[in-house]
Amino acid sequence: MNNELSRRGFLSQSLTGLSAAWISAHWPDMVSAAAHARQTAQSASPAKFDFFSPEQAAEIDAVSARIIPTTDTPGAHEAGVIFFIDRALITFAKDNQKIYAEGLLALQAKVREIFPAVAKFSLATPEQQDQILQALDGQSPAAGSRRARRGTAAESFFETVRVHTIMGFLIDPDSDKRGNHDAVGWKVIGREPGHMFQPPFGYYDKNYPGWQPNPPDAGKSKS
Amino acid sequence: MTLDQPKYKTTDEVDFVIIGSGAAGGILAKELSGSGFRVVVLEQGPYLTEKDFVHDEISVLNQDLLTNHPDLQPTTFRKTPQDKAKPQRALVYGRLVGGTSTHFTANFWRFHEIDFIERSKIGPVAGSTLSDWPITYADLEPYYTKVEWEIGVSGLAGASPFDPPRSKPYPMPPLPVKSSGVIFERAARKLGWHPFPAPMAILSQPRPGRSACINCGFCLGFGCEVGAKSSSLATAIRMAEKTGRCEIRPNSYVHRIELDANGRASGAVYFDAQRNVQRQKAKAVVVCANGAETPRLLLLSANKQFPDGLANSSGYVGKNLMLNSGGVTTAVFDEPLNDYKGFAVSRILHDFYELDPDKVGFHGGGGLDARFDMTPITFALGSLPPGSPRWGKAFKEVLSHNFTRTCEIFGHGTSLPVENNSFSLDSDLKDAWGLPALRLTYKDHPDDLKLTTWLNARSAELLDAAGAKKMWAPPVQEQQFAVHLLGTCRMGNDPKTSVINSDHRTHDVRNLFLCDGSSLVTSGRGQPTMTIEALAFRAADRITALAKRGELST
Repeated sequence: MNNELSRRGFLSQSLTGLSAAWISAHWPDMVSAAAHARQTAQSASPAKFDFFSPEQAAEIDAVSARIIPTTDTPGAHEAGVIFFIDRALITFAKDNQKIYAEGLLALQAKVREIFPAVAKFSLATPEQQDQILQALDGQSPAAGSRRARRGTAAESFFETVRVHTIMGFLIDPDSDKRGNHDAVGWKVIGREPGHMFQPPFGYYDKNYPGWQPNPPDAGKSKS
Repeated sequence: MTLDQPKYKTTDEVDFVIIGSGAAGGILAKELSGSGFRVVVLEQGPYLTEKDFVHDEISVLNQDLLTNHPDLQPTTFRKTPQDKAKPQRALVYGRLVGGTSTHFTANFWRFHEIDFIERSKIGPVAGSTLSDWPITYADLEPYYTKVEWEIGVSGLAGASPFDPPRSKPYPMPPLPVKSSGVIFERAARKLGWHPFPAPMAILSQPRPGRSACINCGFCLGFGCEVGAKSSSLATAIRMAEKTGRCEIRPNSYVHRIELDANGRASGAVYFDAQRNVQRQKAKAVVVCANGAETPRLLLLSANKQFPDGLANSSGYVGKNLMLNSGGVTTAVFDEPLNDYKGFAVSRILHDFYELDPDKVGFHGGGGLDARFDMTPITFALGSLPPGSPRWGKAFKEVLSHNFTRTCEIFGHGTSLPVENNSFSLDSDLKDAWGLPALRLTYKDHPDDLKLTTWLNARSAELLDAAGAKKMWAPPVQEQQFAVHLLGTCRMGNDPKTSVINSDHRTHDVRNLFLCDGSSLVTSGRGQPTMTIEALAFRAADRITALAKRGELST
């Protein structure tokens, strides 16, 4: 039994009480990851990867680009998620190397099974890609985001790439992890880049008239 | 790590060795060194400072940059003593100079009068070891005030009709209100409840060497890079260092307290950074290692005289653990709250602090707060409504819409003390230093679960009145993960049913003192740190008086 999955199982059932704040802050304990140098992402020269071959990188980049697709706003590809994952796999997500190595093979097998005419995932149409990923994803697309269960290698591969993609998209762009290139992930979710803010913060406190005391009749009546 | 720090030799018999530099240890270090004593603080974690505090969610949260690491210090869990414990991450605490106060949310509620005398007021509760404290709110009031002024707490005196009496207002005004706070305040008033500005150990105004809060939004779980969070690191530890009599010794993992031939504590044995064993001699030992590690250290220090654990003639060391009950209800609103800006909480209410058991059918009480304590990755992985898409265009849409429009109502409540709920040693599992692991045994008292359900219903009522577009809460379940670590070496007058007396002195060893979450007799209503710090100021006064009377050397 994969210890990671069992721990995830624990996380999904223990979200109660005080622990919720920390646990949900602590994520389904998948790996974590760092992204490759921002300079690399910005560089026009052929990208150099530390873990992936260029062919593997193209496949993972294509997978993450369906997890957070480019729409009218940037997606995982523009955020440089692939560089984040590549670096993660030689640093503190080293334990996930096997999941990726085996997962890439499972991905290739799934492509062949569903679309025999397509050579590899990155060459499929977005619609075909979604279909392939749905087949890899052990969970229905609508399953709770914290749900996790014992899964096949393909399922744990998909879940790992999914979590890594989200991390690489939303990590602090000023951190040495270097995901979230140019803070595009933050901009997409409406978080202003920056680390210093002043009130008013949002719509509801904009016109707050100031503190008014509670009515004097307030007694210590029990509920 | 200022230049003022003395360097004591381990063979120097200092006046006090303090184990742990968190909420209580920091204050005891400051107070005892300020009273002229020579003090060594042994902290198992590293000495990090503001420059080390980053907003990198992966390093800080996922890699445990500031917290106990499950690979180095694994833990186990079981529901009852009859069960076999399974390896599982069972708790989190700050493992660095400043302890958990370095990364906490900083809710700073005082306990109320009822928390000290609940047992006499409501009588015995089946299945609980509920007891009165040997001290009252009035005994602690001057020390609550001291915490507010010396450590730095923002708030508004008199704003809650349920507040206990206080001798002085807060030293600084409340932090600015967030959108979640405005929503909370308006809805609560519609329902006839009494919301008020949250007392927070975060500066609303600058203090020497410390900035006011800059609303960066990386608060719960993170260290404050501008010193606005009133952690022990940003406050008491620095004051202790300035006395020139206090040495903070990080990376010092204490695993044994030794007794001399007369049964007096003679010092602390610890692993240094190179895992070499060191022995710091001291005239008296004060353990402030938190409600899990303090009992563990006593149990690890078993000897001929105390085969069941040092100072454990009562058998209560590690027992009566209380984690505080609580439930979160998450809601989405039409317009952006942008609650990711700022500290977590700006409004709370205490209308339900003291519930009538005859009316509600259970014992206990609680408070509600409006908060947003999620950082971006955390949010995307865990805070979308149940049933939301997990990837693809639809996922991106719900994530983009909800991040700025979400807040949470948190119901915080009592945990009734239950003797079997405990931290103990699991000799089947060793930590990276070869010491027996911590084992958590916990099964919530049924009343705690009823209280959580009841508070969740109030949260839903409030969010309904607030016009939330959508709301959800996880089902109420028994807890199996510990954040608040309370009651495991409780204070009391009877040596048979408590570990320390009201001076924080162990009943069994005259120069051994314990002060941290383990000292608490009851759990309050969810926010213990303020009380831990008030106890630490009071303990310092008591210990100083005993030392000056020469009582620690006989």
